[in-house]
Amino acid sequence: MATLLVASAIVFAVLDILPGNVADVMLGESATPEARQALVDKLGLDHPPLERYGRWLQGMARGDLGISVSYDTPVTQLIGERLAVTAPLAVLAMLLTTLIALSLGIYAASRHNRLGDVGVMAASQFGIAIPNFWFAILLILVFSVKLQWFSAGGFPGWSADDGGGFWPALKALILPAVALAVVQAAILARITRSAVLDVLREDFVRTARAKGLSQRAVLWQHVLRNAFVPVLTVMGLQFANLLTGTIVVEQVFSLPGLGRLIFQAISNRDLVVVRNVVMLLAAAVIVINFVVDVLYAVIDPRLKGHG
Amino acid sequence: MMGRALRHKSFAIGAVLVLLLVATALLSFVWTPYSAAELDIPNKLAAPSATHWLGTDSLGRDIVSLLIVGSRNSIAVGFIAVGIGIVFGAALGLLAAARRGWVEELVMRLADFTFAFPALLSAIMLTAIYGPGLVTSIVAIGIFNVPVFARITRAAANSVWAREFVLAARACGKGKLRITLEHVLPNIASQLIVQATIQFAIAILAEAALSYLGLGTQPPTPSWGRMLNEAQALMYQRWQLAVWPGLAIVLSVLGLNLMGDGLRDLLDPRLARRR
Repeated sequence: MATLLVASAIVFAVLDILPGNVADVMLGESATPEARQALVDKLGLDHPPLERYGRWLQGMARGDLGISVSYDTPVTQLIGERLAVTAPLAVLAMLLTTLIALSLGIYAASRHNRLGDVGVMAASQFGIAIPNFWFAILLILVFSVKLQWFSAGGFPGWSADDGGGFWPALKALILPAVALAVVQAAILARITRSAVLDVLREDFVRTARAKGLSQRAVLWQHVLRNAFVPVLTVMGLQFANLLTGTIVVEQVFSLPGLGRLIFQAISNRDLVVVRNVVMLLAAAVIVINFVVDVLYAVIDPRLKGHG
Repeated sequence: MMGRALRHKSFAIGAVLVLLLVATALLSFVWTPYSAAELDIPNKLAAPSATHWLGTDSLGRDIVSLLIVGSRNSIAVGFIAVGIGIVFGAALGLLAAARRGWVEELVMRLADFTFAFPALLSAIMLTAIYGPGLVTSIVAIGIFNVPVFARITRAAANSVWAREFVLAARACGKGKLRITLEHVLPNIASQLIVQATIQFAIAILAEAALSYLGLGTQPPTPSWGRMLNEAQALMYQRWQLAVWPGLAIVLSVLGLNLMGDGLRDLLDPRLARRR
């Protein structure tokens, strides 16, 4: 909670106090004095900064984020609409990341120093070096331009009334999710591999083998549970990358998510929207990392005191 | 040392790629096949040929020349952004390790907060106020690097402070500043160099993403990220345009990462990851 408060203070300081005069930034040099005054009244800019900060915090607690100047719509509503794209995309990408990374990482560890391991490691070295937006462009090139299996971008919407529906919407998110997941998975697969290898060297694994458990049983019953702690840590840290990656990849596929919202807000100089979306993203990173901390205790038996 | 370095496969491959990147950037100052600023509209979107090895873009500019000049941008951003990170981050980390107590607590909590603001998010905030541009993106990436270096420096410096030779230096009456400069810094330098290589790669990726989004380098300065943005619009006409700049980014980042991994093994065998 304290972390969130400090993060909000940073966002507020950068976007509200640092620019000096918010009305000038939002309207540009050429604005008429009347237009400036109207904006100052609308946003309450003539009040002292501390009071404005307090009001913003109160608003956030109530779920009232103010009204977007460029869209003339409540920001809460704007963010809600865009989250319907960004949140499923992030979840889908995270699921894919976990699936690819864990299977490749465990496979590589079980084939330690053999061809499979070397192959996975070399591929992941490339994966880490690939910018996700370029990978997204390559996916469009292959699957949309050449094979024409997917559309090159756009989002039909989740409800059939808008001409979309569940499956068309999901289909529109597949390529973006793959683009995000492959790059993330490259890092996570390496972490998984080295975590599994570390656990395999532990004494209790030798004991388990010595008492006659098969390689497979040792892996599933003993190793994975213990190897999951470092993997989870990195997954938490990766979440920030995933969110910013989502912003970029949304641009590549022209998806109407939070990423597009924030870029439109930047070109419209709509600081109200920018401030709230940035705060939401920062808060998401903080909350996820908090959840990861809590999950440690659930996963690592030693932290619960009966290891 | 040289022999070991050359036998280390990932270091050797990485070093060759990095040298290639640096050489390309240097070359761009004295020679490019065509001027990267020269427009040749009648010759736009030309296919690869003997005159234009990789063809031309939508304004008739030579792709090879644009790629060569674009490398300058990546290197400059990497250098300055990592420089900002290492100067401020290492200073904060060294301070935290030397003073301990509430100073250390404060520095580390500050580092925690900035982690919630990745480079892209800082860049978005700064662009919303100051408008897009190269300087904004460098500052944003640099700010993101500060906590990274602060953490690593503090952890490494703390372990040096616990060693006997530091205790001996203190017994001789050396002050904290002198010990930091004479004993701690030289002993953690190799770890900082390794991290700098890796952050350099991350900075190149971040700059490319920002330029792709239109938040980084502005036209007419050539940059790999923006070339990809322009290429995406022309994908149905000339898909090759979307391949080359991406390949340039991948090879540079790959080179830096491999070199970083190799340096870690070579400079500090104790830190070498178990293989």
